Amino acid sequence: MPSQVKRLILLFGIAAAALVLVRFLLVPDSFGRYGHYRADAVDEVAGMEIRYAGHLLCQECHDDVDAVKSGSMHEAVSCEACHGPGNEHAEDPFENRLSAPRGRRRCAYCHSYNPSRPTGFPQIEPDEHGGEEPCITCHNPHQPEPLVGIEDCEACHTEIAKTKSKSHHLSLHCTTCHATQERHPGAPREMRPDKPRTRSFCGQCHGEDASSPETIPRVDMATHGEDYLCWQCHYPHFPEGRR
Amino acid sequence: MEELLRHLAEAQQQITGYIYPNEIELHWGLVIVLYPFITGLVAGAFILASLERVFNVKEVQPTYRLSLLTALAFLLVAPLPLLAHLGHPERAFEIFLTPHLQSAMAMFGFVYAWYLTVVLLLEVWFDYRRDIVVWSRTYRGWRRVLYSILSLGVVSTSEESLKFDERAGRFITIVGIPSAFLLHGYVGFIFGSVKANPWWSSVLMPIVFLFSAIVSGIALVLLIYMVSSWLRKHPIDMPCLDKLGQFLFYALILDVSLELLDFVHRLYEAEESIDILAQMVQSRLFTSRVVVQALMGTVVPLVVLAVVRALKPRELVRKVAYFGTGILILVAIFFMRWNVVLGGQLFSKSLRGLTVYKIGLAGAEGAVTAGILTLLPFVILIVLVRLLPPWSGKSGVREVGQQTHSS
Amino acid sequence: MKDELRSVTRRDFLKCLAKLAPAAALASSGLKLGTIFASEEPGGSEGEGHWYGMGIDLERCIGCGRCSEACKEENDVPREPYFFRTWVERYVVTVDREVSVDSPNGGIDGFPPPDIEEQHILRSFYVPKLCNQCARPPCVQVCPVGATFETRDGVVLVDEKYCIGCRYCIQACPYGARYLDPQTRVADKCTFCYHRITRGLRPACVEVCPNSARIFGEIRNANTPLWRFVRTNELQVLKPHLRTEPKVYYNSLDSEVR
Repeated sequence: MPSQVKRLILLFGIAAAALVLVRFLLVPDSFGRYGHYRADAVDEVAGMEIRYAGHLLCQECHDDVDAVKSGSMHEAVSCEACHGPGNEHAEDPFENRLSAPRGRRRCAYCHSYNPSRPTGFPQIEPDEHGGEEPCITCHNPHQPEPLVGIEDCEACHTEIAKTKSKSHHLSLHCTTCHATQERHPGAPREMRPDKPRTRSFCGQCHGEDASSPETIPRVDMATHGEDYLCWQCHYPHFPEGRR
Repeated sequence: MEELLRHLAEAQQQITGYIYPNEIELHWGLVIVLYPFITGLVAGAFILASLERVFNVKEVQPTYRLSLLTALAFLLVAPLPLLAHLGHPERAFEIFLTPHLQSAMAMFGFVYAWYLTVVLLLEVWFDYRRDIVVWSRTYRGWRRVLYSILSLGVVSTSEESLKFDERAGRFITIVGIPSAFLLHGYVGFIFGSVKANPWWSSVLMPIVFLFSAIVSGIALVLLIYMVSSWLRKHPIDMPCLDKLGQFLFYALILDVSLELLDFVHRLYEAEESIDILAQMVQSRLFTSRVVVQALMGTVVPLVVLAVVRALKPRELVRKVAYFGTGILILVAIFFMRWNVVLGGQLFSKSLRGLTVYKIGLAGAEGAVTAGILTLLPFVILIVLVRLLPPWSGKSGVREVGQQTHSS
Repeated sequence: MKDELRSVTRRDFLKCLAKLAPAAALASSGLKLGTIFASEEPGGSEGEGHWYGMGIDLERCIGCGRCSEACKEENDVPREPYFFRTWVERYVVTVDREVSVDSPNGGIDGFPPPDIEEQHILRSFYVPKLCNQCARPPCVQVCPVGATFETRDGVVLVDEKYCIGCRYCIQACPYGARYLDPQTRVADKCTFCYHRITRGLRPACVEVCPNSARIFGEIRNANTPLWRFVRTNELQVLKPHLRTEPKVYYNSLDSEVR
C-alpha cells in the first residue's frame, strides 16, 4: 500500500474517532428516547405556566354566578372570555383581582353588526343602539335574556333588518311573510319560521286585483314572469335591487 | 429587535393583497441568496477542472489548478452565509451531532464534509504533493514548516509514488464529478422539495441549479484566469480562452433550455398558483428576473458568444467579449439565485398577496456581511495562490506524471 | 458449458418469480392508500392513549378574535402584529366573484366593517387559522437537527433549546403557522397549549371562544367533544392536496379558503 494512502487512512481514522467521541459527549441524554428529538423538551413545554385557569376552576368559588349563567344565552361563554386570564387570581384571589369590562367596547367584539358574522347571531349597530350607555345598563351579561327593550326579530336578524330598512318593504313586519312560532327566539334552529311558497302570496299585494294601496306596483300575475317564483328575480327584503 | 419591528412595520405598509400575518417577516434574505451562488461556483469550477483531467480537454490545462484552488477558496466560505443567518449559530454543530436524515438540509453536513475533505482537499493534495515536498526542502523558515505539515510526512518523490499520485488524482476527479453534481443538486433539492411553495417545488430545480452552477463556475474561472494573467503580465493562452468561451456557450444553452422548459411547463399547466406567480414576476421581480437575469444575463451573452464563435474576430475583441459576458453571466446567475430564494417568499402561501424584501445594511444578514462574504473567497484564493502557485510551468507535477505514464 | 450456466440462472430466476407472485398478490389485496384525514396514531400502542385534534365550526365563528388574544396572553407570544400562533381571517366574496381577505392584527382588535358595500357582498365569513398539527408534518420532515417533532400524542412541538434558527420549517409550512420568535431567535408555533391539555385543561383559544366555534378533543376518544363534531359534520381540512393530513378539521369550509 502506498505511503500516501496509509497516512490518509490514519488521518481520516482520527477524524472519524474524534467525531464519534464528540457525538457521544455532546448529544443530549434524552435525545432519541421516543424519536429523533430531545424527549426532555416535551416535559419542558408541558411544564409551562398557565394563565387561563379554565371555567371549571372559576365555578368552584363563583358558583352563584355560574347558577345565573347556566341556561342563559351566555352559558357557553367562559368567565375568562370577558374577565381575562384568571390563574393568578385563583391562586391569590384578594391580591390579584380581575376586572369586569364595563364599557361598550368588549361587548362589541361579538355583538357589533358585521355582515361577515353568521346570520342569526345577535348584533347591534353600536352607533345607533342604546345611546352611549354602557351595555350593562340594560343587559345583564351573565344572563342576557330576556332581551331588555328589544322584542323584535332585528336583534338576531340585523343583516336582513338593515337591508329591509332601505327598501320599500321597510314597513312590513317580518311576520307578515314569515309565520313564526313563539318559541323561535329561544330555539332558532329547531323552530324555524315559515316562508312564502307561492306566487299568489306576493299577488295579495302586487296582483292587479289586490286591495292594497294604489301606490304599490302591480303586475298581471297570469303573464308576468311566466312560471318563475317571484323571489327568483326579486329579493323580498330589498325588491329594488336586482338579484 | 427594535430594528426588526421597524422594518416589519415598513414592510406591512407595502403589502398588496392578503398574506398570512406571519409571512410579513421574510426569513431567507441576501446571505441565503449568496449560499447557492457560492456553492454553485464551487461545483462549476470543479467540473471545469475535471474537463482537463478526466475528459482530456488539453486546451484548458492552464486553468486546471486555478479552478481547483478557486473551488477550494469558495467552498471554504460556503458555510459562512448559512452560519450568519442562523438564529443560533452556536448550535450549528448539532447538524453533525443529530442530523435528521429526512431533512435535505441535514445532508449539508455530509455533503460538505465529503466534498471538502474527500474530493477537493485530496485532489489538491495529490496534485500538489510533489511540489509541496520540493518546496519543503527548498524554502526556509515558516514556509518550510508549513509545507512539511502539508506534506503530511509523505516525502517520497519516487517515480512510483508520483505515478500513484497521478492515478489517485484522476480517480478522485472521477468520483468528484458526481460529487459536484450532488453538492449543487442537493442545494437545488433544498428548494425544489418544498411542496408548500409552488415557486420552488419543481423536479427541475436541482438540474437547473446544477447547470447554472456550471455556467457560473466557468465564467468565474475565465475571469480569474484573465485577471490573474494581466496581473502577472503573462500572455493569455488564447486557445484556452476560446475553449472556455466555447464551454461557456454550450453550458449556457443547456441552462437556458432547462429554464425555458420549466417556464413553459409552469405556464402550460397554469395551476392554482399561476396568477400570483405571474403577478410577482411582472411586478416585484420584473427588474431582477426579466431585465437582469433573462435579457442582460442570458440573451446578451448568448448572442455575443454566438457571434464570437461564428465570426472569430481578432484577439482583443474576443477578450473583451469573453470578459464582458463573463461578468454579465456572473451577475445573472447571482440574480437567478436571488429570484429563486426571494421570489419564493415574496408571494403569500395563501396565493392572495405579495410582500416586499428590503435589504438591511447592518446585522449578521445584512448587505455588509454579504459584501464581506463575497470578497472573502477572493482573499482566500490570493492566499492559496501564494502558498500553492498554480502556474508551476514545465516542472509541474502533471508533466512529470505524464512522462512516467508515457514511458 | 456457458449455455448450461445461463439456463440454470434462468430457471432460478423463474423460481424466484414464482415465489414472488403470491407475495405480490397478498400485498395488493391489502392495498392501503393514504387518506385526507390522519389515520395513523404516532405513539401507536406505545403512546399515551391521547391523540389530540381540533374541530372548527365555521358556522359558529363570529370573528370576535378572542382566541387570537387569549393565545398571545397564554403563550407569551410577542404582541406585535407579525407573530401569531392563531389568527382569524375574514373572507368577503362580492357579487362580481372577487374575493378579499383580511386579518387586521389577527382579529385581536375586532374587525371593522368591510370596505365593500353590503349590497355588493355575495357571502362573507370568518375562518380561524392555527397550526394544523399535521400527521405528516412537513416542518418536522425538514428540520435538520430534530428540534421540531411530533409527540406521541400527535402534537408538533419546537424544542427551543435545540432549534438552530435556520427557518427551514417556516418555509416548509404550507399554512404560515410558524414564525421566528424575535426574542429567543428560534422557530415557534401553536402547541395546542400543550401545557394546558396535558393538565386536563382546554387550549386557551378553545376556553375563551364565546360561541363554541372551536372544539378540542381526541381523535380516538368518543368521550371528547371532538368526537361528536367529527360524527355530525362533513369535514374538510386545509390544502388536502399537499397530503399533510391536518388534525384541525373544519366544517362548511369554503373553497376560496387557502
